Amino acid sequence: MSSPAHRHPPRPGPLRLALKRLGLLASAAVFAASVHAAPQDGGVLNLIAQPEPPLLMHGVVTHVSTQYVSGKILQGLLTFDTDLKPKPVLARSWTVSPDGLTYTFELQPDVQWHDGKPFTASDVKFSFGTFYPEVDKRIASVFEEYLDNIDASQPHQVVFHLKKPFAPFLSLLGSGLRPIAPEHLYAGTDFRSNPYNLKPVGTGPFKFEEWKRGAYIKLVKNPNYWKKGLPHLDAIVFHVIPDGSSRAAAFERNDVQVLRSGDADYSDLKRLGALPGVESSDKGWELYSGLAYLQFNTRKPPLNNPKVRQAILYALNRPFIVDNIFFGAGKVSPGAFASSSPYHDPQLPQYGYDLAKAKALIAESGVDVGAVRIRLLNGEKGGAWERLAEYTRQALQPLGFKVQVVTSDAATWFQRVSDWDFDLTYNFIFQIGDPYLVNAYLYRTDYILKTSPFANVGGYSNPDVDNLWSKVADTPEGAERTRVYSELEHKLNDDLPVAPIFEMRYPTLFHSQVKNLLQTATSLNEDYESVYLDAPAP
Amino acid sequence: MSGVWFLGARLGRALLMILGVLVLSFLLVRLAPGDPAQLMAGEAGVDDAQYIAKLRSEMGLDQPLPQQLLHYLGQVAHLDLGYSYRNQAPVWDLLSERLPATLSLMGSAFVISSLFGVALGALAALSRQRRRWLDGLISNGALLLYGTPPFWLAMLLIVLFSVKLDWLPAFGMQTVAADLSGFAWLGDRLRHLVLPCLSLSFLFLALYVHLTRAATLEALQQEHVYTARAKGLAPSRIVFAHVLRNALLPVVTFAGLQLGQLASGALLIEVVYSWPGIGRLMYDALSQRDYSVLLGGFLLISVLVVGFNLLTDLACRLIDPRIGAEGAAR
Repeated sequence: MSSPAHRHPPRPGPLRLALKRLGLLASAAVFAASVHAAPQDGGVLNLIAQPEPPLLMHGVVTHVSTQYVSGKILQGLLTFDTDLKPKPVLARSWTVSPDGLTYTFELQPDVQWHDGKPFTASDVKFSFGTFYPEVDKRIASVFEEYLDNIDASQPHQVVFHLKKPFAPFLSLLGSGLRPIAPEHLYAGTDFRSNPYNLKPVGTGPFKFEEWKRGAYIKLVKNPNYWKKGLPHLDAIVFHVIPDGSSRAAAFERNDVQVLRSGDADYSDLKRLGALPGVESSDKGWELYSGLAYLQFNTRKPPLNNPKVRQAILYALNRPFIVDNIFFGAGKVSPGAFASSSPYHDPQLPQYGYDLAKAKALIAESGVDVGAVRIRLLNGEKGGAWERLAEYTRQALQPLGFKVQVVTSDAATWFQRVSDWDFDLTYNFIFQIGDPYLVNAYLYRTDYILKTSPFANVGGYSNPDVDNLWSKVADTPEGAERTRVYSELEHKLNDDLPVAPIFEMRYPTLFHSQVKNLLQTATSLNEDYESVYLDAPAP
Repeated sequence: MSGVWFLGARLGRALLMILGVLVLSFLLVRLAPGDPAQLMAGEAGVDDAQYIAKLRSEMGLDQPLPQQLLHYLGQVAHLDLGYSYRNQAPVWDLLSERLPATLSLMGSAFVISSLFGVALGALAALSRQRRRWLDGLISNGALLLYGTPPFWLAMLLIVLFSVKLDWLPAFGMQTVAADLSGFAWLGDRLRHLVLPCLSLSFLFLALYVHLTRAATLEALQQEHVYTARAKGLAPSRIVFAHVLRNALLPVVTFAGLQLGQLASGALLIEVVYSWPGIGRLMYDALSQRDYSVLLGGFLLISVLVVGFNLLTDLACRLIDPRIGAEGAAR
């Protein structure tokens, strides 16, 4: 689609051609770049929201596209820089008491919701005291155990009083998934079916304007944004383009300026990244740290035997998987936690590709692994995942396994994995900083649930591991907590209820006219207040 | 009187057919594994069995299947297509929002493929004796188009006309954020329609060409055509009044039958060109097990197909009044 509203690079005019002939174009471009070093106001940024989000309020739906769109409209208390250090957003500063029991947030003054109502501490208290405990049972159970009360007696100050220390508290409030909900629009309503989930009202730099389902979502500049002079863009349009090749063509034409990881097939990224005027970066995914893993159903023989599970991981050539199946979009995972996480133990023993060791472990286990056929349930996640399933079937044959790949559509996969109706399946999670907040649900006994594939669907239960998870939550940040995490990671590495395969790399491709795109650890889901489109060189 | 009987019989049959489609599609979508409540809860990041049970109860999924079917049929009888919990909107609102996009794509593709197909098919047949090369060109060209998968052809057209030549837009139905009005708005819509419409037209154009060519060649052999020639009628009058009128009968019948295929072809084209139509809505509904939207889509398409076939029957009767006459005589 042609988009006259954004700035296309101009076709070479007579002056440009003359300059080129004189060899002056390069110096002219350098001059132009220096002239346009200051951010430019105006223009429309065209993005892709695929798949189309179900709702536009990322407090009630964790859908990846909902976060992408809603992150420009609604804001949280804080965000994280690329080193995972908290940065102020609606909270301009905060302090934590030495005993770890009191978190005091000073809020930005003079902030208004898009409908003109003032943003106050009462909105924050409503969000964490009422809204999130209702829509998110995980946060509800954490708050029930740790949160005593929230004090919002000052209009621009919120104080959280805890019953006992909870180390990942800041991560919980500012993970990018917890925007502040406007109390005046949500209080007393059914939060999940509130009409403002479809036309959100926030405090962010962009306001919702229009959602034409199946086609586009349009956001426009908030002229009353609480940071003066921002945002730079006039509007952001999210196009819904269901076909991967069409998304690549739209990016190639500069009809859309940004391709998120997953928007184009892994095999197409190299070609698109080499186009003139296109940049590629892995930045901006530090908080999410995607982990692709092989989920075992540990209830079923022979997968209930830890030695068999270890043998499987030894038999998988993970560098081959990363380089040849995912075209280099990742790196081999070193353990249960992200390699970038401060809680990952670099001394953790590694499962290198070793077929002889795998066979020895099978022999040691005394299990006839070929006695039953193993179903590898393959969901509809794209071509690379299908190739991975087929590779796994072949890789396990030398050990004597009889693996059958069962492919299903996404909905069927979701139901069957949620109902524990599988032997093996591949899945991935976003780790969101502290492992207690996401990874833990794959291992904790109290999360053996038939609700979603992201619970402990493998049925793994180890009281020692459960105790260690409780301990990391209760232990204040410091050397002892790191030690407990290390002990936990070693246990998980031995039991291996989930086999970490690789850490996913998320290359973002963007046309170089887009500036300030990747600034924080959640870049693409950020509010884009400082993103601007550079004027084309004259 | 015979016309009323004809219409009544066809209408009754059409209603029965729609009811059959409705019951069958209801049972088919329920047979597929996948739980919409679990999917919705998953999207919300909720590990809460109570919430999933509440959603299932709101959607009526906790009731026995026959009861769900009866409830749905009763709803449809009251012209209520239900509510999409995932989209938080009534199904009819979702369908009616998308219907113009699908109708404009299918309508324009139907007009282009039938008009050009009939014209080229007749031209090929009439050229067979004196300009054999033209017949060969049209027939083989049509065969090539027929043999090309529509989605692949669509991608080639995008690469050529959008990416390489930059003549036409690559996706969508309009230029967003351009504030167009009047002729500029119309021109923008038409520019966006060109490639999807052509991609969808080509397959059916080829079918029309071959059908019309064969029917025309057969009509040219009829005795009344020889008689007309012997009487010295003008060639154009022979072609239009005596050849094409007879040749069109199978073509019109085919046009009615192909609407269902056109709808399924539109689904592929809507996906490739990001055309916000019914096909895309149903595709998304299928992946989310949004039963009410899926069934509403099935119902709408079956009404369109059955309705179009009804019109075809009437058109055939207009072309050849003998059709249906035996029914009236009974």
